Amino acid sequence: MTELVEAVDLTRYFDLGRNQRVHAVENVSLSVGEREIVGLVGESGSGKTTFGKTLVGLHAKSSGVVTFRGEILPQKYHPADFQRLATKMQMIFQDPYSSLNPRMTIGEIISEGLKLHTNLSAGSLKEKVAEWLEQVGLKADHMSRYPHEFSGGQRQRIGIARALILEPEFVVCDEPISALDVSVQAQVINLLGELKERMGLTLLFIAHDLSMVRYVSDRMAVMYLGSLMEVGKADEVYFSPKHPYTEVLIGSNPEADPKLERNRPSTTIQGEIPSPVNVSPGCRFSSRCPKAMDHCHKVTPELIVLKDVDRQVACHLYT
Amino acid sequence: MSDAAIAIETSPALLEVKDLAVEFDTYGGVVKAVRGVGFKVEQGKTLAIVGESGCGKSVTVQSMMGLIPMPPGRITSGTARLRGREVLGRNTIDGKQIRGAEVGMIFQDPMTSLNPTMTIGDQIAEPLQVHKGYSYRRAFDEAIRLLELSKIPEAEKRAKQYPFEFSGGMLQRAMIAMAISCRPSILIADEPTTALDVTIQAQILDLMHDMQRETGMAIILITHDLGVVARMADEVAVMYAGKIVEHGTVSDIFYKSAHPYTLGLKEAMPTNDPSKQHELKPIEGSPPDLFSAPRGCGYCARCPYAMQICEKGHPDSFIVGERHSSCCWLHHEDSTCRPEDLYFRDHG
Repeated sequence: MTELVEAVDLTRYFDLGRNQRVHAVENVSLSVGEREIVGLVGESGSGKTTFGKTLVGLHAKSSGVVTFRGEILPQKYHPADFQRLATKMQMIFQDPYSSLNPRMTIGEIISEGLKLHTNLSAGSLKEKVAEWLEQVGLKADHMSRYPHEFSGGQRQRIGIARALILEPEFVVCDEPISALDVSVQAQVINLLGELKERMGLTLLFIAHDLSMVRYVSDRMAVMYLGSLMEVGKADEVYFSPKHPYTEVLIGSNPEADPKLERNRPSTTIQGEIPSPVNVSPGCRFSSRCPKAMDHCHKVTPELIVLKDVDRQVACHLYT
Repeated sequence: MSDAAIAIETSPALLEVKDLAVEFDTYGGVVKAVRGVGFKVEQGKTLAIVGESGCGKSVTVQSMMGLIPMPPGRITSGTARLRGREVLGRNTIDGKQIRGAEVGMIFQDPMTSLNPTMTIGDQIAEPLQVHKGYSYRRAFDEAIRLLELSKIPEAEKRAKQYPFEFSGGMLQRAMIAMAISCRPSILIADEPTTALDVTIQAQILDLMHDMQRETGMAIILITHDLGVVARMADEVAVMYAGKIVEHGTVSDIFYKSAHPYTLGLKEAMPTNDPSKQHELKPIEGSPPDLFSAPRGCGYCARCPYAMQICEKGHPDSFIVGERHSSCCWLHHEDSTCRPEDLYFRDHG
């Protein structure tokens, strides 16, 4: 499989002043192959969204590079870069309530990208928007309505239409379903799946619902406090996690099956994700890790490839 | 008085709710948020109320706690008896007695449900001063003990801090400490872990479980997460469009689902059984508009098994097992398709 998007040692800091620095994403290397779906999981505050936004250029990179089809993308996007790259990379945002401009009609929201990037006439713009509204399961006459007239699931579909109308190759889906009810989640997931097949999309699927990520993705990447902990095939990572953090994360995910759920060993860990401000050296997870050794608090483990399985793990247990 | 005494004798249930209906006046008309809900809660047991947003699960428990703003809200019918004592309605509610003392409640969003201008310790001490007449000093010491019980490290220092100094998980612990401060017989948890990460969710659920074992209180757990239900519940009530559509023990609901909506919910979720790989089957459409409550079954517009009768009248509650009931016309003796058939058709 050829790589479509590749991040190498991607880092994004946010300076707070007074010598305080948020290590939101640090030295993350992750590649996404053509037509692949990579799921990115982790607790809130682990840098998933920052990684996604940096990947598509919504944040400037503090260091590291992102390549798209081998081309190195600019460190900081200028308007011309957005103009050029927006037709290739798009993003679907998490909160369908705050990511649509309440003062624009649905037609204006969805067609805005097309207007900027193509020379279509008003008539054909309208046709295209109507076609996309139908594609995402809405009606063409919804075009003249405003976002507040739609439910959460419908708004998420509008967000999907807006991102996909430019027919991008790569889409970052930032928690596209976490604001939705269970019955509607499946609708949106199946819609994304269909569109992926039809358009040959490549997706980075950011979520914290582990069961859903396993279901959706080919590969799964686990992030903690700005660093990658484990990367591998989604099923394999889910059923035989190698990194202690992945074990804890998957063990805490409640299964919708009382017998299974009540009979499995408890993997609850104490404590919470530490602050990402001025992170100390050593493994990011060492403060909560049940298997931490002295070594772990001092030296940051590299992401290494395990020999016998197709898996990358950043943990001293394997070095 | 004598009625209440009889109720205590005959009903083993700690809380019994019957035929509860709640409406709200809005600019758009009257919303019938809860349309005849009934359930029982027993000592030391956990009842989970499951449903989508807008199905009326929060309104149900808020009306019992006297937390519905009236107006615009209105309880149009129903009774809720706690140890045989009526708690519904303005005239019968002695709010202070019920809230905090008899029933503790924790809310979905710990960030906005605590007072930002009071220290955590003072907030936990307040119900003790109000309900138990403790002095401030004694209540504050008790608050520290409760924080320790909720496994908050450095409780003494934390008690003097304000909510903004706490993380989401810690605030939820503080809220649990406050809810159980007066040793309530029921703890109502309205989506207690929805705003939290899975690792923190596991900690909070464990804490609630431990507290229940120690104090023997009953828990009403409101959630939309079937995983949380599987972990915590003894009994489950599935709500849809303001009504309970299925009620049973946790294994009835998960392994012998009798209502098409419950089945639909399970089909719409990915399973983690490696031997089974099923396609996600979404429930098409969206819940009905409760401005004009449907005449028949609220689910019939989305139900793949809907029959003509479903549009015409709301089904009664049919007994399908020892403690298992389902509101669906498929259970009627004249129905050609049995719910067992549905279940086996979908699960091979």
